Amino acid sequence: MITEEQPPPIRKIVVDAPPTVAPAPPAGANGHGSNGYTSAGAASVARHDRGEPGPERMALQALSVFYGDNEAVKQVSLSIRLGEVLALIGPSGCGKTTLLRTLNRLTELTPGASRGGTILLDGTDVDDLEVTTLRRRVSMVFQQPNPFPMSIFDNVAYALREQARKRPGRGVVEPLVEDALRRAGLWDEVKDKLDAPALRLSGGQQQRLCIARAIATRPEVLLMDEPCSALDPRSTQVIEQLIGDLRKDLAIVIVTHNMQQARRVGDKVAFMYLGDLVEYGDAEQIFDAPQAQRTRDYVRGAFG
Amino acid sequence: MAVTHPRTLDDLPHGGFGMDPAGGGRGPGSRTPKRKRHESMSTWRWGDRIAYVMCWGAGLMLCAIAFAIVGYMAYRGVQYLKPELLWSHPSGEVDQSKSGGFLDPILGTMILTIVGIAIATPLAVAAAIWVVEYGRPAPLARAVESGIEVVAGTPDIVLAIFGLALFQHGLFGWMSFTAEGGAVFGRSFLTAGAMMSLIALPMVFGATREGLQSVPRHVREASYGLGKTKIATIRRVLLPAVRPNISTGAALGMGRIAGDTAIVVILLGATLRLESEGSIPGLDVLKGTGSTLTSYVYNNSPAGEGAAPEKAYAAAFVLLLLVVALNFAVDLIARRGAKTGLEGTRLGAGR
Repeated sequence: MITEEQPPPIRKIVVDAPPTVAPAPPAGANGHGSNGYTSAGAASVARHDRGEPGPERMALQALSVFYGDNEAVKQVSLSIRLGEVLALIGPSGCGKTTLLRTLNRLTELTPGASRGGTILLDGTDVDDLEVTTLRRRVSMVFQQPNPFPMSIFDNVAYALREQARKRPGRGVVEPLVEDALRRAGLWDEVKDKLDAPALRLSGGQQQRLCIARAIATRPEVLLMDEPCSALDPRSTQVIEQLIGDLRKDLAIVIVTHNMQQARRVGDKVAFMYLGDLVEYGDAEQIFDAPQAQRTRDYVRGAFG
Repeated sequence: MAVTHPRTLDDLPHGGFGMDPAGGGRGPGSRTPKRKRHESMSTWRWGDRIAYVMCWGAGLMLCAIAFAIVGYMAYRGVQYLKPELLWSHPSGEVDQSKSGGFLDPILGTMILTIVGIAIATPLAVAAAIWVVEYGRPAPLARAVESGIEVVAGTPDIVLAIFGLALFQHGLFGWMSFTAEGGAVFGRSFLTAGAMMSLIALPMVFGATREGLQSVPRHVREASYGLGKTKIATIRRVLLPAVRPNISTGAALGMGRIAGDTAIVVILLGATLRLESEGSIPGLDVLKGTGSTLTSYVYNNSPAGEGAAPEKAYAAAFVLLLLVVALNFAVDLIARRGAKTGLEGTRLGAGR
């Protein structure tokens, strides 16, 4: 029945094979709702209606970042608006994350990093702001869910409690913690176990806790560095939904490797390549009618 | 080892688990009746076979030695240990039925361990935080690390002699007994504890440093990203994260302190009873001299003056129990700490 010398099956990725699933509808055929992608979260995440872009929150003027002599970000100018999600896409090592981390001056922690150009936050140069103040106004969510080793409540309260001699008591921060958890869509799941350790939560819940922590101080800009890349499709969907809800009162900048995700959540998309900002525009335009050849190749998957 | 044949989902329809008549349904390893789950040694080189057997032998031998020590001490200890030995004071009688028990050495061991670890832990944790989190200028950080390594490698008898020379200086008169003419005795729980802390310090330092280094960088950045300063990050994020490491290091250090003899004999005086010094309650004991179980065992062994081997065995057994209990206690504290958040998980396991 079974041959002894059965070779192991080999699976090959055939590059030019015809699609094995039902043919996808032509990309962008129905504008916002093009869901021909097979990513699990895609089917039910509807695009949010776009309002008018809000006022400009951050402006990058000829921003360059160097690691030693290596120019990781080259003369990038961008504007980040309230109520808008800006998705940064591009192949690995193209400077997206560096650009993101520069916005709240986290790159300063890297030895050898230096910066040229200006970043304005509501018209103020970020170099003129106290770094702790800046980071409370431009907060960040990381790739790995990284709650602190303390309770769920304390994780959010930690962000709220300002650097002060006297710590505000639990009564003062409690409503703010609840508000942050509600906005991160986590309140109903954790309201009975606020004192449980945060590291007991699932990965997706941990990431939403990190978002709650980041938005607790009511920042103007939220930076997200591939917030879903360590999560399963279900949690990814929840977080993408959350990004759609949050952008009502925030400006969001998200770095992603996942082009479908950039398309789903992004209002504006910036494509970067080797430190250059190659193309910037509305999500539809970048994906459906890219101007630059490199953008066209990248969004089609010719390289990356 | 288990991957002796490829098994993929594609195999399942025509030969699934348990459906193989010849395999008798013994699970994944039973696809064919003769196939063993372990690889056979028959194809090995002779050198590999010898090495393999020697690895097994070494492991089993160390196991046997450990069990022999514990077993022999337990046998002797139970044989000679009488409950009244635990709560009667020792006295210097030649007649062994009158020479009392070893309450004072037990208390001495505990006091000395606590004093030593209480000095060592804050110092070691502070040093580890500085080395890992600040560590500038880098040569200085390297010097600190090698300094601690030198301390770790110094024989305890050298530390003891050095300590005696140091603490007999008039500057440290407050730590021990000062004679009429102003000569400082230099022997007390405080001085011995101070030197003992050097024995425990490298353990705590190493464990804390490892712990800090294993906290991924993005956890620190998450805290900075919320607008927190470095010092707040250390206090509220990093210290809680390395608490189990500190506890482990402290447990190891306490074991080393409880087991040390040279410093006790030279710097604690190794007096049979706790001899208090001064009049302030609490401090008088710390300024006074005493002995520990190790020095008691030494003195009562055939090598020492007491020459009461049965008491030495009983005391050695108690010392063994004490150290084991100590390790359990610290482990428990570490776990209790873990319940507030850590439970041994590495933060952000993806890095």
